[in-house]
Amino acid sequence: MLILARRINETIMIGDQIEVSVVDIRGDQVKIGIRAPRTVKVYRKEVYQLIQEENLKAAQSMPGSLPRLDSLVGKGGAPAVQDGGNPKP
Amino acid sequence: MRIVTKAYGAKDVDERQRLHFPGGIPGFADLLEWVLLDAAEQPFYWLQSVDRQDVAFVLLDPKVFRPDYDPEVDPEELAEIGIHSPEDVLVFSIVTIPENPNLMTANLQGPVIINRRTRVGRQCVSLDPRWHVRHAVLEEMGAVRQHAC
Repeated sequence: MLILARRINETIMIGDQIEVSVVDIRGDQVKIGIRAPRTVKVYRKEVYQLIQEENLKAAQSMPGSLPRLDSLVGKGGAPAVQDGGNPKP
Repeated sequence: MRIVTKAYGAKDVDERQRLHFPGGIPGFADLLEWVLLDAAEQPFYWLQSVDRQDVAFVLLDPKVFRPDYDPEVDPEELAEIGIHSPEDVLVFSIVTIPENPNLMTANLQGPVIINRRTRVGRQCVSLDPRWHVRHAVLEEMGAVRQHAC
């Protein structure tokens, strides 16, 4: 990994189209500005990773384990609300 | 077309059930061809990989348990799959079903969005901080119903 030291308002270029600037530094938090072509998607790494990990977990869902939502909500104790039911006082 | 599905074995699918994900799905970036199947259990669907029978996701229309859901994704992400009008949009959430299915969760942060005209899709990232990857479906559904009392 290339490691560069930068001060506030200094920028690095990645290729000739992507600019990364240090906008602010406060305590242990750094604000980073990114200018990139619209075709380049910029995500916080943890968001992308979270979605990827959740997909790997979701892909383990087994056939036959799918509940019917209506029956389950009924079982949970909360009575299903019928249209036209009496409003609670 | 006949494909082998994880949930139902060999199955004939209509051309109109086929979906193309040009970038795959995070975690499965090399799987570009999928089919959308109605699950035997309503209101779920299966998103089944055409190339790998063991890879399939359970999908749910998130409005079923969160009527207030709006995915709020970057319009650029929508433009990439040719969506320029709200009528083109189909939104699904990927559902994770653990051993106890009552604890199933839905990913509202990474909505699966499909252009219903061209059947091209992608998993987008919601910009709304309210949505995360693990919403307890039954719990939130119950909350909505109680709220309706």
